[in-house]
Amino acid sequence: MTDILTKIKEAGLVGRGGASFPTATKWETVKNTPGEKKYVVCNASEGEPGVKKDLFIFDNHAERMVDGMKIAMDYLGAEAGYIYLNPSYYSKLAGRLNKLIKGTKITLFKKDHRAGYIGGDESTLVNHIEGKRIEPRLRPPYIAVSGLWNYPTLVNNVETFYNVSLVAAGQYEKKRFVTVSGDCPNEGVFCFDETWTIEKILRETSNYPKFKFFVQIGGDASGTVFNDAQLNQPVSGAGSITVYSIMKHKPNDLMKKWAYFFSNESCGQCTPCREGTFRLKEALKMKKIDWLLVNDLLNNLELTSFCGLGLVAPTPFKSYFNNVYKNYAGNKNKN
Amino acid sequence: MPEIKIKINNQELVANSGETVRAVALRNGIDVPGLCDHPDFKPKANCRLCYVEIKGQKKPSKSCATLVEEGMEVITESEQIQKYRNTNLELLFAEHIEKCPTCVWRFECPLLQMADKYKLKLTRFPDRKGSRKTYKFSNAVEIDGSQCIDCRNCIDACAMQKIDYLELKGKGIEQEVIPTKNKKAHCILCGQCTVHCPVSAAQEQTQWEAVEAIIGKKDKVVVVQFAPSIRVSIGEDFGLPYGKVMTEQIVGALKQLGFNYVFDVNFAADVTTIIEAEELLERIKEKKPLPMFTSCCPAWINYIELYRPDLIPNITTSRSPQIHGGGLIKNYWAKQMKIDPKQVVVVSIMPCTAKKYEASRKEMKINGLLPVDYVLTTREFSFMLKKNKIDLAKAKSIPADNPFGKFSGAGAIFGGSGGVMESALRTAQFYAFGENKQACEGKIDFVDVRGLEGVKEAKVNVAGTILRIAVVNGIGNVKPVLDKIKEYDYVEVMSCPGGCIGGGGGPIPTTPDIRRKRIEALYKLDKDCVMRASYENKEVMDVIKWAKDQGEKAAHSIFHTKYKKRK
Repeated sequence: MTDILTKIKEAGLVGRGGASFPTATKWETVKNTPGEKKYVVCNASEGEPGVKKDLFIFDNHAERMVDGMKIAMDYLGAEAGYIYLNPSYYSKLAGRLNKLIKGTKITLFKKDHRAGYIGGDESTLVNHIEGKRIEPRLRPPYIAVSGLWNYPTLVNNVETFYNVSLVAAGQYEKKRFVTVSGDCPNEGVFCFDETWTIEKILRETSNYPKFKFFVQIGGDASGTVFNDAQLNQPVSGAGSITVYSIMKHKPNDLMKKWAYFFSNESCGQCTPCREGTFRLKEALKMKKIDWLLVNDLLNNLELTSFCGLGLVAPTPFKSYFNNVYKNYAGNKNKN
Repeated sequence: MPEIKIKINNQELVANSGETVRAVALRNGIDVPGLCDHPDFKPKANCRLCYVEIKGQKKPSKSCATLVEEGMEVITESEQIQKYRNTNLELLFAEHIEKCPTCVWRFECPLLQMADKYKLKLTRFPDRKGSRKTYKFSNAVEIDGSQCIDCRNCIDACAMQKIDYLELKGKGIEQEVIPTKNKKAHCILCGQCTVHCPVSAAQEQTQWEAVEAIIGKKDKVVVVQFAPSIRVSIGEDFGLPYGKVMTEQIVGALKQLGFNYVFDVNFAADVTTIIEAEELLERIKEKKPLPMFTSCCPAWINYIELYRPDLIPNITTSRSPQIHGGGLIKNYWAKQMKIDPKQVVVVSIMPCTAKKYEASRKEMKINGLLPVDYVLTTREFSFMLKKNKIDLAKAKSIPADNPFGKFSGAGAIFGGSGGVMESALRTAQFYAFGENKQACEGKIDFVDVRGLEGVKEAKVNVAGTILRIAVVNGIGNVKPVLDKIKEYDYVEVMSCPGGCIGGGGGPIPTTPDIRRKRIEALYKLDKDCVMRASYENKEVMDVIKWAKDQGEKAAHSIFHTKYKKRK
């Protein structure tokens, strides 16, 4: 019989939290790191706006997800497992999940409301469960090597564990869940072959707009913005497509929204993010925006941030600017 | 530790395994900017200033969190590094409201220095912390939120002391250092937060303004006394090597500042030694509570009164050297000089923030007068000198004034962890032999109590009695000792790592390396002294005799104090 790690490797599973890290590599690290105890955590933080696929999986395939967790815990000989649950899902899901995990070493951990976006970062999540300040840890050591109470800890996304269960059962078909929302008629979570392009998904779900639009892929906050000529590529990052009508969304409003989000969600630990996102928000409030300053702050975030939040914060701004804003400005001049 | 060879800016350097790139650079005089990095703490890497380029790495690396590797080639300045560093620096400037004119840190301020060095404006972004609170802890320490750059060193320092009085509230730009809401935690005023703050947001509550105002007043005689440890640390503030002994230059500089008389607290430390050694022997003889704890460290006294009042009977009732000194100045010396004690103003220069509180304690009063009127930290003293353009390195060497100028080696070592213990043992041993001086081994060096370990334990023979002793170096190490006090007869506790030479009021930076060099200087000073034990100091014995002749009550009020449970 082939062991689960080989199966995961052969299936080519990657993390579905957004970073697409090879799942087998993470499992191997936790397995091979010596530790008196090991822990497994299911990351159901889902703090990225516009992404609702984890909730969908819980609603429809919770037993699969729990099965995937159990497989991981068996494989690693884990001491305990935690489902780190988005607080707004908790009341809806806790009852059913508690039934499913009864008699197992898995417990539910209700994420704090204040944990927000950064709570989804795996080192932050580990701090949170330990009762420490909710913010990322300095890495290395990585969480797979030194996580909960400094023991090797496997943190995987809901969809990743769901996929592990399918892989174990020989039913994995290389599909992924995608949340489609925004200015479109058929919002929802869908499951398609992972190679499907953004355009194909929009057309198959009858969501392809008849108006001028652009999309944001991988979340309403940190996702990448593409124009309608760039849709011939698969969905990357956290599985989501958000449709924006060009008429409805003024550029500065969108940028202000993003800046507000990141400033609000910054944990405060490092200078470029704590100060930078705040100054970005302030700069975008000005009547006459100093674009050089905005650019400087964005670059600084990208280059020097402590964790993923700061690192990805410039993505929406820069991709919006490069892929949409330039065209938008051009169009406006023509009219 | 295995040695590693690396290159920084093409200079070949030897590093120890486990060292960070920044530590090696700084050790070799290569400047890499950084505010949150401190050798006392684990790297936090939150200020994001210390980027360097490492050959083979695509992006610049944070030198505070990168360990050296064999053959590493590091560049500390380039266009790319500048790009990584400068915006963060400008962002940090806007967190810190400049209060330069009255800031004791003005001449050393890394923010001002970096703005100058990298040609950056302090004002690219408008200040955002104007309405932040200042938290004051007694009359000793304060944290001014409007100057804080969020490096968190103060929180690490408080955690190192295992006091955990400081914590972070809020997230993002709302983040603020605040005193904890935990009612069981109390600030002991050790000031380690202030000596670890890079921008003087955590700082002493200054008294230099008041001292400056009183110097030169015709109806006052302003007397200053300086602590044992100051002489081996203050030179650093004037570009001199670590551990440079500056005793007589300090006297010269103080006179230049306009103080009328300058006394050396080393003298008072000899007094304290005698009083404490007498009490130790008495406790042993009369089976009074043991172990006896030292009382020189005021932060330790705060700890006892706030956390362990049940141990008050174990603390020596002996006052500390600064209070002994002040009391003798206003009572003995003033009388000799025919000066009204009310006209005498006593200023102490201490490496300590808690001494400010100690000096203000009502129970210290003698005939209604506090022995010490003002306490300046070493940093405040440096500031006053620099402000008045006095270069300590070039100050005239003058011996301290008599009669409180001469000291023994035992007084000199008070400034380092283990020093009070060793000093008391030298004298206790001598006294214990009584008339039978021939039998005295004449042991002077008690090396077991020296060193910078957290807890030092030894058994020493004092005239046939075996004393079980412990020396606690840093209040963070006190708990294990307090958990088994029955195992000891005599315990020294110093709240700051290394003792007073690592004090919360000392020069910045204070690091493990620097503490070691300062303490080595104290032991050298001790070795070079003609007198090694306090009882050999004739002036000290004369003064003690004088006080005892005034009657028991008078002597008691000069030499002893009491403690109380506090909430």
